[in-house]
Amino acid sequence: MHDLPVSIVENSNRTEVPEPREITTEPRFSDRVFRAVVSSGGFISLVVLGLISLFLLYEGLSIFRSEGLSFITSFEWVAESIENGTEAYFGIGAMLYGTLVIGFIGLFFGFPLALGAALFLSYYAPEWLKKPMVLVVDIMAAIPSIVFGLWGYFVLMPQAEEWAKLINKYLGFIPIFSMPGDFYTRSPFIAGLVLAVMIIPIITSISREVFAQTPLDRIQAAYALGATRWSMIRAVVIPYGKGGVIGGAMLGLGRAIGETVAVYTVLNLVYDIRPEIFLSAGGSVASLIVNKFGEATPLELKALMAAGFVLFIVTLVINFLANAIIIRTVRKE
Amino acid sequence: MSTVTDNKPNEPVVPNKLPVSKPSKPWKATPKQLLPDILGALGAVIASLVVVAFSPMAGILGFILTFIVVSIVTAASISGIRQDRKAAANSVATIIIYFLSAFVLLPVVSIIFEIIRKGAPGLSIGIFFDDMSVTASDAPLSEGGLLHALVGSLYVVALATIVSIPIGILTALYLTEVKGKAAGTVRFFVQAMSGVPSIVAGLFIYAVWMISLGGTYTTIAGSLALAILMIPTVARTTEEVLKLIPTDLREAGLALGATQWKTVALVVIPAARSGLITAVILGTARVAGETAPLLLTIGGNDAMNWNPLSGNNSALPYYVWKNFGLGTETGADRAWTGIFVLMVVVMIFFSIARVLGRKKG
Amino acid sequence: MNNEGENEMSETKTNSLASIASARTPGTTAMGVGLEARSVHAWFGQKHVLSDISLDFYAGTVTALIGPSGCGKSTFIRILNRMHEFIPTAAMAGEVLLDGKDVYRAGVDVTKIRLGIGMVFQKPNPFPSMTIKENVLSGLKLAQVKINNADELLEDCLVRAGLWSEVKDRLDQYGGTLSGGQQQRLCIARSLAVKPQVLLMDEPCSALDPGSTLRIEETIRDLSKTMTIVIVTHNMQQAARVSDYTGFFLSDGGPGELVEAAPTSHIFSNPKDKRTEDYVTGRFG
Repeated sequence: MHDLPVSIVENSNRTEVPEPREITTEPRFSDRVFRAVVSSGGFISLVVLGLISLFLLYEGLSIFRSEGLSFITSFEWVAESIENGTEAYFGIGAMLYGTLVIGFIGLFFGFPLALGAALFLSYYAPEWLKKPMVLVVDIMAAIPSIVFGLWGYFVLMPQAEEWAKLINKYLGFIPIFSMPGDFYTRSPFIAGLVLAVMIIPIITSISREVFAQTPLDRIQAAYALGATRWSMIRAVVIPYGKGGVIGGAMLGLGRAIGETVAVYTVLNLVYDIRPEIFLSAGGSVASLIVNKFGEATPLELKALMAAGFVLFIVTLVINFLANAIIIRTVRKE
Repeated sequence: MSTVTDNKPNEPVVPNKLPVSKPSKPWKATPKQLLPDILGALGAVIASLVVVAFSPMAGILGFILTFIVVSIVTAASISGIRQDRKAAANSVATIIIYFLSAFVLLPVVSIIFEIIRKGAPGLSIGIFFDDMSVTASDAPLSEGGLLHALVGSLYVVALATIVSIPIGILTALYLTEVKGKAAGTVRFFVQAMSGVPSIVAGLFIYAVWMISLGGTYTTIAGSLALAILMIPTVARTTEEVLKLIPTDLREAGLALGATQWKTVALVVIPAARSGLITAVILGTARVAGETAPLLLTIGGNDAMNWNPLSGNNSALPYYVWKNFGLGTETGADRAWTGIFVLMVVVMIFFSIARVLGRKKG
Repeated sequence: MNNEGENEMSETKTNSLASIASARTPGTTAMGVGLEARSVHAWFGQKHVLSDISLDFYAGTVTALIGPSGCGKSTFIRILNRMHEFIPTAAMAGEVLLDGKDVYRAGVDVTKIRLGIGMVFQKPNPFPSMTIKENVLSGLKLAQVKINNADELLEDCLVRAGLWSEVKDRLDQYGGTLSGGQQQRLCIARSLAVKPQVLLMDEPCSALDPGSTLRIEETIRDLSKTMTIVIVTHNMQQAARVSDYTGFFLSDGGPGELVEAAPTSHIFSNPKDKRTEDYVTGRFG
């Protein structure tokens, strides 16, 4: 046997761990180009979003400056008129309020229906019914909003007016259900109903995804303790999926707030806040923009941009919160 | 039955074996067991009819409300008597969930029914070969057509697709292949972009194209607005598709000494081909029906316009909107026919996307 | 290793298992038969996974089910408490008698069966949205059973599960703060609260450390004085330590069968079937 090299003999007595080596690669030129092209393509979404905020803000800035906070709170929308020499006042307060009202009416009707459908599909539906029903919900998501607008106007509205009259007859003592006169067409109630139908698919999809992630062993533990299907759902599924379902509802709300043509046909825009939801008076920032756009004066146009900016920010915030909640729910277990 | 013995047996008693049976599912309810439920349902229907006949609850709404209440009471009673309180609660919950699901399906059924009912009368071969340039808006349905809208739609969607495909795919590639440090930020922004209301997209393009650049209504302005809505869909779906491609494929390419871009171009993308097509078609289906952004950007037109870079143009949603806005009966009829055609177009894209998506999976 | 050496080793192994098994005093059958399986078969769709299993489980005893993985032991105990039917393609044949009555008979309330036959799972699964107290009493809440002395029952179950001293000061904390072994004992306490006659345990210690394992085995011995316990285990030493009777399951690629069932000491000291002998001496599995 040869003598072992000295270094090996020495090293065998050491207990030191060597430092990890730094491995660097110089990417080839073609790959650098590739990465550059792909990265710039990827950053376009940042750029576009930034540009949207920038342009709308820029155009609407003068309005924000002159109106200040009253842009959001005031109810008057008066375009300047050179002949009459009137000044312009722009306030989307009534529209913002109206947007939130129809959004929440939409949630009020849409959320229970969507949740029920999601629970049905996840825990009650027989196999042969699942696929067709999921298909129907997916079709619902694909229907363009203008279809909802016309259907809402021609088909749903006459029915909904009857329902409103009925509720008013029996529950009219409650302020929101009361009516000063026979003005039932194109009300926040009807707009809310149309929105409810439109947001059902998204809430159902997200809820189903969340339910599918419910840990199976907990479900089994509940059943092994003698739970019925409903008591299992209450004990395991709902506590687990609460956050995700709420996130889904918020996403639905975000969608409802931005809806334009579906609301425009079934809502009468009025610059005032009225509590009666059956009354033919409501607001929607998106519908306002479409309404005023055709004949807007240059100044009015800026005000519309400002309104669009506000709508944009509100939607962004709601979607951001919703996604944060959903991710947190699915990640925490 | 307990057998009291003092000493334990040496082996557990192996009782008389039953003859070997076929697989069965004794937990499935037999018709005999379902009888109370069926009778209960019938009883609920009859009871509801009786209540409606003799009380202020009237019409279909009255019947439905009564039926819901009666069903719940019946189900709770049957279960409560047969078993116990918790079974009753379970039955009530089941009935409510069934009703909710049925109500979810109703609107779609109604929409499709009405589209066919109201839109079909206006359909004729002629509408696919004519536009509204020389037809008065209140002329009967046999005159005029929607070819200009159809062609306009195809134009504006096609241009939007041309813009969206590269950006969407590049974004997805950035997220899955390059995986740069900003990937989380990019994904977040893509998510945010998918929440942009369609009217805001239209407003933005208007602000840039018309106001800042001094342009006029054109098809391409509309395409850009649609692209804003389309890119997130294409990017997200493409990302999902690319994530499904196993890393071994990429490693195989790199191990052969290929550069990253060659691996992506010659290995990953071909492997994901049908998924990419699905992503594009999904994006197309999403924007084909958009109205609001077009209202602000393409200007509307009664005649054909083959030039995407100048001049107003129409599109199917715009055509529907315009005719609805006329407020006349013929206008409404034309709007419904337009919707019929639009829905057919959207459903074709939708079906293609689903078939492709399934084949891949 | 040569053959002789192998045989010596396996003999030693069998002897040591047998000596472990006989070192305990097994329970008597004075309390009668707690649960009987009669000619139980199981299928998943067309696949026959259990064939003709007939076995009695005596009250006041622990029966271990041993055998290589994949031979249907877990499926079998899920047939006992009617959890098997949750899988859409599941089918079965045969009878399972609790107090002499078939749990699969028409018109039976399956949730009541599961109250009488409890189950503890391999991976501890306390409900994270509930406190320790709520977890133990969750069975009652799910069954909508009202009782007057909830706190007494709570303490009783936790004592019997061997967890009371460790959690009595933090009953309002959430179940997730406990260690694995403690969580499993919490699950045992939870099962006890609904007063089952039979407790099924599907490899309850395989996810736990040896210390927790021994504690739970003690608990099992104590519980068996008042209940029938069936435990599925891969660990033959555990079966020897804990059980009075042992059943050996085997599958040769086809449906699982019950090869042999006998008092535990017999299974390990002189099994009747050669396949049993091969398994307990470690020749396979």
